[in-house]
Amino acid sequence: MVEARLQPKNLTMRIKHTLTNYLFVLPAVLIFGIFYVYPFIKVFQLSLMEWDGILPTMQFIGIDNFKEIMEDKIWWGSMWHAGYITLIALTFQNGLALLLALACNKEIRAKNFYRVLFFIPPILSEVVVGLVWQWILDGNYGVLNNILTSIGLQSMVRNWLADPKTALTCIAIVHSWKGFGWGFIILLAGLQTIPRQLYEAARVDGAGSWQSFTKVTIPLMMPVFSMVIILTILGSMQVFVLIIAMVGQGLVYHTTVPVLRILGAMTGSSRFGYACAQGIVFGLVLIVVSFTQKKFSEKMKYA
Amino acid sequence: MKSNSKHIIIKRLKLVVIYIFLSIVALTCVFPLLWMVGSSLKTQATVFSDTSLFPAQPEWRNYYLAWTKGEFSIYFLNSIFYTTFVVFGIILISSLAAFGFSRLKFPGSNFLFYMFLAAMMIPLPGSFVPLYVLVNNIRKLLIEFLANISPQLMNFFPASFVQQSTAFIQHQAFPRFAYIFCMINVGLSLSIYILKTFFDKMPKELEDAARIDGCNKLGIWRHVAIPLARPAIAVITIFNALNVWNEYILAQLILSTKDTMPLQRGLIVFQGMHVTDYPLLMAGMTMTAIPILIIYLIFQKHIIKGITAGAVVG
Repeated sequence: MVEARLQPKNLTMRIKHTLTNYLFVLPAVLIFGIFYVYPFIKVFQLSLMEWDGILPTMQFIGIDNFKEIMEDKIWWGSMWHAGYITLIALTFQNGLALLLALACNKEIRAKNFYRVLFFIPPILSEVVVGLVWQWILDGNYGVLNNILTSIGLQSMVRNWLADPKTALTCIAIVHSWKGFGWGFIILLAGLQTIPRQLYEAARVDGAGSWQSFTKVTIPLMMPVFSMVIILTILGSMQVFVLIIAMVGQGLVYHTTVPVLRILGAMTGSSRFGYACAQGIVFGLVLIVVSFTQKKFSEKMKYA
Repeated sequence: MKSNSKHIIIKRLKLVVIYIFLSIVALTCVFPLLWMVGSSLKTQATVFSDTSLFPAQPEWRNYYLAWTKGEFSIYFLNSIFYTTFVVFGIILISSLAAFGFSRLKFPGSNFLFYMFLAAMMIPLPGSFVPLYVLVNNIRKLLIEFLANISPQLMNFFPASFVQQSTAFIQHQAFPRFAYIFCMINVGLSLSIYILKTFFDKMPKELEDAARIDGCNKLGIWRHVAIPLARPAIAVITIFNALNVWNEYILAQLILSTKDTMPLQRGLIVFQGMHVTDYPLLMAGMTMTAIPILIIYLIFQKHIIKGITAGAVVG
C-alpha cells in the first residue's frame, strides 16, 4: 500500500525512478561485464587464432588449434594426471572426510576442538602448503626420509618429488590433506540434519547399526554426497598452484596438469590462441563430467 | 547383567578407537605447521641436521632477516593493502547490487541476477589468459594516453615530476588497480548471492518506516539494510579476505615488479632465488600463515557457516 502511494504518477518521474534503481547494480554489472563477460567471449575469439600475445595482428586459423589439441599427447597426459589426482581425492580424501564426519557425529567430547583442527589445512594457501610439504618430502634433507631411516625403513627412502614414480601420488596425497576438511564440514552439516527419530524408528524396527547406516544415513545423504563429489571433481581437476609450489613451474611432464599446460602455452611458448582453445576443451570436459555425475547420482537416488 | 557390562566395554573400546583415529588425523593437520615454525627457528647450518621439532636455541633473528633482507616486509604490506581494498570494494559493490536485486524494481533485474548465479556455476579453467590480455590491452591504452598528454603537462609542471608520476601510474598504480578489480570480480557473485538471500528476508515494514522518516533508497540501504545484514557481511568479509590473502596466479600474471607483489607471489620468488635458504623461507611462510590462522581461530564459527552457505549454492 505504502509502495503504491509513493509510486510517482507521471512518466518522466517513473523513468527517473527506474534509472536510479539501475544505479545500485551498475558498479557490479560494469565490473562483471569487463572482468567476466568480456574475457568469456574473448576466449572463444582467441581460440580460433594463432597469436603470440605481443603483435597487434593475429592470424585466423579456424579450428586448427582444436585439431592440434586432439593429437597433443602431453595435453591428454596432463588430463590423465589430473584425473589420477581427482581419483585419489574422491576415494582417499572423501573416504577420510566421511569417516571423520561419522565419528564427530557421535556423542564425543572436544568435538569442536577436532573440527577446528581439521579445517586448518583448507584455510592455508596452496603456496604455503606446497612449500611446507616440499620441505618435508625433500630428497636429501626432508624429515620424512629422516623418519623412515630412523625406524629402519631405509629401503623406502627416495627423492619423493623428483622420482616420476612417486611425485604425482605425493601431490595427490598433499592435495587430499589440504582438502579433506571441506568434505568433513559439509558432510557433518549434512549428517546433523538427519532427524534422530529416524534412527530410533530404525532401531525399534530391529535394524543394527550397519543397517541403519545403509538404510537411513546413505539414502538421506545422497544429495550431500553428490555435492561433495562435484566440488571434489571441480577442485581437484583444476589444481595447479599446489604443483607450482611443490615441484616448480618448469617443464616437469610427469606432474603437469591441464591448467599448467594452459599457463605454459601462454607464458612459456607464447601461444595465446592455443591456450584459450585448451581452456575451452578443459571447460567442456569439466561440464560433461559434472553433468554425468549428477545424472548418475540422481539415478542412484531413485533406484 | 553380564552381557550388559560387556556391552559397555565394547562401547568404551569403540570410543577409544574413535578418539585415537581423530587424534592421529588432527596431529597430521598440525605437524607440518609445527615443522614449518620449528625450521624457521633453526640456523642455515643446523636446519639440515637438527631433527628436533623445536631447536634448543631458537634463532629469532631469522624473522628479522626475512622481514628486511628477504623483503617480506614489502610483500606483507602489499598483501594487507590488496586484502583491505578488495574486501572493502566487494562489500560496497555487492551490498548495493544485492539491495537493488532484492528490494528495487527495474526491467531485466532477474536476468542480470541469474547471470551472476550462472557465473558461479560454469567452470572457467584458464580464465587468467583473457584476463591477462585484457589488462595488457588497457595498459597499452594507458601508456599511449600518458605519452600523448605528458608533453602538454610539461608546460605546467617540471619535466622530472611528469616523468616520475607517469612512471608511478604505469608501474605502481595501474597494476595495483587492475589486480584489485580482478579480485573484486572473483568475489562478487557469491557475495551478491549471500546478501540477496539476506535482504529478501528483511521485513517490508522496516523499509516503509524508514521511508516515512524521510529516507531515500540510498538511506534505506545505508541505515536499514546494511546494519541488518551485519552477520552476512561478516561472512563475506572473512571469506574474501582469506581468498585474496591466499591468491597466487593473478598476482603472478598482473604484478610483475617486486614492490607490488603480495606474500604468496613473494614466497615463490624468494624460493626461486634462494633455493636452500630454508630457515628464512619458513620464517616468511610463518608470517604468511599466522594472520590467517589468527583470523580463523577468532571467526571459525562464521567461516563454517559460510562454507555451508556457499556449498548450498555450488
